[in-house]
Amino acid sequence: MRGLDATLQLRRSEFRLDARLSVPAGRTAALVGPNGAGKSTVVAALAGLLPLDAGHIELGGEVLDDPSVGVLVPAEARRVGVVFQDYLLFPHLTVLENVAFGPRSRGLGGAEARTRADRWIRRLELGGLEGRYPRDLSGGQAQRVALARALATEPGLLLLDEPLGALDVRTRSVVRRVLAEHLAEFEGPRLLITHDPTEAFHLADEIHVLEGGRVTQAGTADEIRLRPRTEYAAELGGTTLVRGTAREGAVDTGGHVLHIADHGIEGPVLVTLRPTSISVHRARPEGSFRNIWRTRVVRLEQHGHRVRFLTGAPLPVTVEVTAEARVELALTLETEIWVALKATEIGVQPDTSPEESKP
Amino acid sequence: MAGLALFALPLAGLLARTPWTRLPALLSGEVVGDALRVSAVSSVAAAVVSLVLGVPLAWILARVAFPGRALVRGIVTLPLVLPPVVGGAALLFALGRRGLVGAPLEAATGLVLPFSLWGVIVANTFVAMPFLVVTVEGALHAQDRRYEDAAASLGARRWTVLRRVTLPMIAPSLVSGLVLSWARAFGEFGATITFAGNLQGRTQTLPLAVFVALERDRDTAVVISLVMVLVSLLVLVALRNRWWRAP
Amino acid sequence: MRPQRPARAVVLSVVLCACGVQSAPDNLADSGAPGASITGMILVSAAASLTDAFAEVEAAFEAAHPGVDVVLNLGGSGSLRTQILEGAPVDVFASADMADTEKAARDGLVSGEPRIFAGNSLQVAVPKGNPGGVEGLEAFADPSLRLGLCAQGVPCGDLARTVLARAGVVPSLDTEEPDVRALLTKIELGELDAGITYLTDVASAGGSVWGLDIPADLNVMAAYPIAVLAHAPNPRGADAFVRFILSDEGRSILSRFGFTRS
Repeated sequence: MRGLDATLQLRRSEFRLDARLSVPAGRTAALVGPNGAGKSTVVAALAGLLPLDAGHIELGGEVLDDPSVGVLVPAEARRVGVVFQDYLLFPHLTVLENVAFGPRSRGLGGAEARTRADRWIRRLELGGLEGRYPRDLSGGQAQRVALARALATEPGLLLLDEPLGALDVRTRSVVRRVLAEHLAEFEGPRLLITHDPTEAFHLADEIHVLEGGRVTQAGTADEIRLRPRTEYAAELGGTTLVRGTAREGAVDTGGHVLHIADHGIEGPVLVTLRPTSISVHRARPEGSFRNIWRTRVVRLEQHGHRVRFLTGAPLPVTVEVTAEARVELALTLETEIWVALKATEIGVQPDTSPEESKP
Repeated sequence: MAGLALFALPLAGLLARTPWTRLPALLSGEVVGDALRVSAVSSVAAAVVSLVLGVPLAWILARVAFPGRALVRGIVTLPLVLPPVVGGAALLFALGRRGLVGAPLEAATGLVLPFSLWGVIVANTFVAMPFLVVTVEGALHAQDRRYEDAAASLGARRWTVLRRVTLPMIAPSLVSGLVLSWARAFGEFGATITFAGNLQGRTQTLPLAVFVALERDRDTAVVISLVMVLVSLLVLVALRNRWWRAP
Repeated sequence: MRPQRPARAVVLSVVLCACGVQSAPDNLADSGAPGASITGMILVSAAASLTDAFAEVEAAFEAAHPGVDVVLNLGGSGSLRTQILEGAPVDVFASADMADTEKAARDGLVSGEPRIFAGNSLQVAVPKGNPGGVEGLEAFADPSLRLGLCAQGVPCGDLARTVLARAGVVPSLDTEEPDVRALLTKIELGELDAGITYLTDVASAGGSVWGLDIPADLNVMAAYPIAVLAHAPNPRGADAFVRFILSDEGRSILSRFGFTRS
């Protein structure tokens, strides 16, 4: 295969990484995880800055690291282009010299390297900035220079480590769109490392969720949104994940019972509740809701037009309403409310996760 | 202010004692010219040798973990603490005509370090190089090593990383290390007179000339001191403004 | 006592310059009796060539005068004089030549008349075994040898140059050391093949330096004057120390280190 296939196993003092990653050529995979999940260790292992204890890294059919057969290709000989967190552009070199650094280091002559650098500078719409130093670039420009520098080595894998992390929130969405376009320029596998779900959902074709050194779920963005397998994955998709036991169309979540549409499923299940599928009322609502219960607002956040809040006992769930609805319902902290949810709106999947990965 | 006075008062004392009317005659004297030449050559040579030998040493100390590193670091910085006369004597025992290395060296090449300009340069380098090593090692420790990772990921081998990334990025520290070691060499007295002796035009540097002149003609001593102060101020002020980063 | 090359006769020509300095009257020298109430510190600036002898003088004097602390400040005579001129709180000045003492006297720094308390002559000093095969003063013209003198302006340097001039030798030098001890050290270590030092320095080096005598008609006599200083913080102590130096006990200590009586 032309893509990346890796099983990364290594131990650094207390931390243990054991992650399987597979990214086909032309696809963008996101590796999403909270701080401390092992994301930078993955970057270091793939880039050749940290050798594996076990497992293997194979890129386009070439083995880069495999302790079992004693193969370890050093960083400078790997065809892995990295866009580093904070970009790490060389401050003493101009944009042109930064982009030409890779081709020069890989043995091209000065003129040839500059020609190639120039081509990538134009492809990434950086023309006119060739003579500037990194300190004189905007965040978005610096990111594109970092991308051009990585791509100019004509790598077999493109690694992007928090490529938007250094930008302020306002420019982030613009730069993200531009980045999405430019990622398409690269034909090999692309791996995006991030802790930001928005970034992952927008840029990636598939998502690997990394928690505590292990990949807890891998799938498309929709799969993560609709069928999260861990609380963290659910949080990524903005849903509420509840564990429980199903029996004859009812799920006991430990005190509170949810009615579901599927009467056939039995045993341990993962229940997904989407914030927009839950309706909110000041009085007990009439209608065909199979699930109605009374609760309070315990946390409230407004994001522009949308309002998200968290309910209290008996079952904490995240609910999303419009700003108008909030005014209409006079929602504030501690407001007594009724929430209602159709059985057909509840996602249910068998809980097959091993005991140890459960929190 | 009291701190400034501590530096400024001796300078004022020197100016008060300067024989202004005899100044032109004394300045154009052979002793001053010879000493200035020997000092210029030996201090610049010592700074350059410190750079060439000191940078690899600093790099090894900062980047390579090996048993006994603390001891090596201690030995390297020893000349900072040691009285220069002791350093000069130690150099005699090692590199003198009957020294551990000096005797075979003379037998093999005929080169005798004491009483030669080479000896002055060796003594100056001995006391000056620690300043460069300490400065550069500190800069290497403080450097963000991820830039070196970035360079490696772009295909740069170790030597290329050092030459094109590591060293250029610590350039300000290289320059301040160079200036500090030059300044130390320029003012060196004890190790030089002990190891290389004192002969006008060959090994007599400005500090040695001052010391010898104090015995004979105080005016000459004052004038040479003044020359030293001026040259040092000129170099330090010019370079400090251009290169030294604010702490 | 001191190793000598047997070839040369030891004849000292005493060349005292007539500079209006009187030898110490005997009655003064004899009255080295302990003063009734001498206390405190006595700072003595002494020429480097007196280092060993004065250490013993200090011990003997302090033994005779409990409660007195003699502090020796040793160095080249010229630097010592400069320190005094700049106001160093020195009580006694023991120089290796008349010139520095006379200059000090002209500047009004000396109290009373300086007195000559010891004499010294010069020797060609070579490392043990004489590796350079030095025969005498003529060797100082040999550019293939490593040769050193005291610097000009330093008494041992000026005297050595006088001797070489008399011998008609133009020296080919490798170093001019700031004081006689520094010169002696470099000879002792074998860095220099020869130098001209005081006879007392050769003696103090034990067997590690050999001395070659200089013919009497070429040699010069160094005279060591001692004086109480005008601004001595401890004038009584200073006076007692000078008396002690001039006493029989003081002189016998000095002669043990190779100084001649004057």
